[in-house]
Amino acid sequence: MNQFIDWLSQPWPWYVAGPMIGLTVPALLILGNKSFGISSSLRHVCAMCIPAKIPFFQYNWRKEMWNLVFVLGVMTGGFIATSFISNPNEILIAAQTQTDLAALGITDFSGLMPSDIFSWENIFTAKGLLFFVLGGFLVGFGTRYAGGCTSGHAIMGISALQWPSLVATIFFMAGGFLMTQVFLGPLMKLAGF
Amino acid sequence: MLVADKNMKEAVCDAPNSQESGEKGLALLKYLVIGVLFGIVFVKAEIISWFRIQEMFRMDSFHMYGVIGSAIVTGIISIQLIKRLKIKSIAGEEINIPKKEFRKGQIIGGFVFGLGWAITGACPGPLFAQIGSGFTIVIVTLLSAIAGTWVYGKFSDKLPN
Repeated sequence: MNQFIDWLSQPWPWYVAGPMIGLTVPALLILGNKSFGISSSLRHVCAMCIPAKIPFFQYNWRKEMWNLVFVLGVMTGGFIATSFISNPNEILIAAQTQTDLAALGITDFSGLMPSDIFSWENIFTAKGLLFFVLGGFLVGFGTRYAGGCTSGHAIMGISALQWPSLVATIFFMAGGFLMTQVFLGPLMKLAGF
Repeated sequence: MLVADKNMKEAVCDAPNSQESGEKGLALLKYLVIGVLFGIVFVKAEIISWFRIQEMFRMDSFHMYGVIGSAIVTGIISIQLIKRLKIKSIAGEEINIPKKEFRKGQIIGGFVFGLGWAITGACPGPLFAQIGSGFTIVIVTLLSAIAGTWVYGKFSDKLPN
């Protein structure tokens, strides 16, 4: 049993994780005739808690409770993996990325997330404004405007051979490359790194 | 009626639910289980790591391309099997995948999401798994993402689409 836990605790390779994520597509279709998608949960939260008579949030969100139960599961899964089968070693990051990020002011490369950024100390600072407030806003606004995120478009949409999802995915990547390669450095400098 | 039609159209743009029979209470537990498995994979394959997303956008590692690519291949094969073998859902219904219509939003919104993805190091799924993994500060990011969704909803009829 201990050996099994040790084996599970190593980081899982892409060719194990990718197919497992892909299997979510038929699992949801067969279990409940549902298309895979996660950013929709954010819309359901709005419809449930702050609809404010906006037509976009006037729909039967009760029918979509499954989606909120699903993301609650994702959160629980994160807790289980981290509590019981977490990797005891430091994360291995590509040397080039590490060099580039160190030049931007990142100093902690030990965990899944850099503590230089993702700590409560940063909440009321320019760093927090950039990484939590602005970053989160763009994710929420952009996914809804696009009608889906990596799961709804890149995985579910392309799996169903829907070309609009391929277009969306190309633009997800374009935005990500541009931010990383062009804007992130100056923005981090501005935020005090 | 116009509003209802519009919502119908909007609703097929993501995670549509085609099941006709209702589901309540314990019937929803199966989605919790799928979500838990999904969250575990996210953490164990380090997809929730801000560093892995940086590697991807700097093209320094194949890992994320391998994950997304093999997930898509698995999804394509699964959906083809479901269609060709006419597999039904466990409620006995014919499986339906609503068609996505092309809109300008997929370009503009997609691009905006990409900008945010490179900052947060997380798309919406990993945000939930990060919080569960104990990175509680990401709750702030999630709240801001909900705010972003709300602002889109508020101005959706004024934006090009």
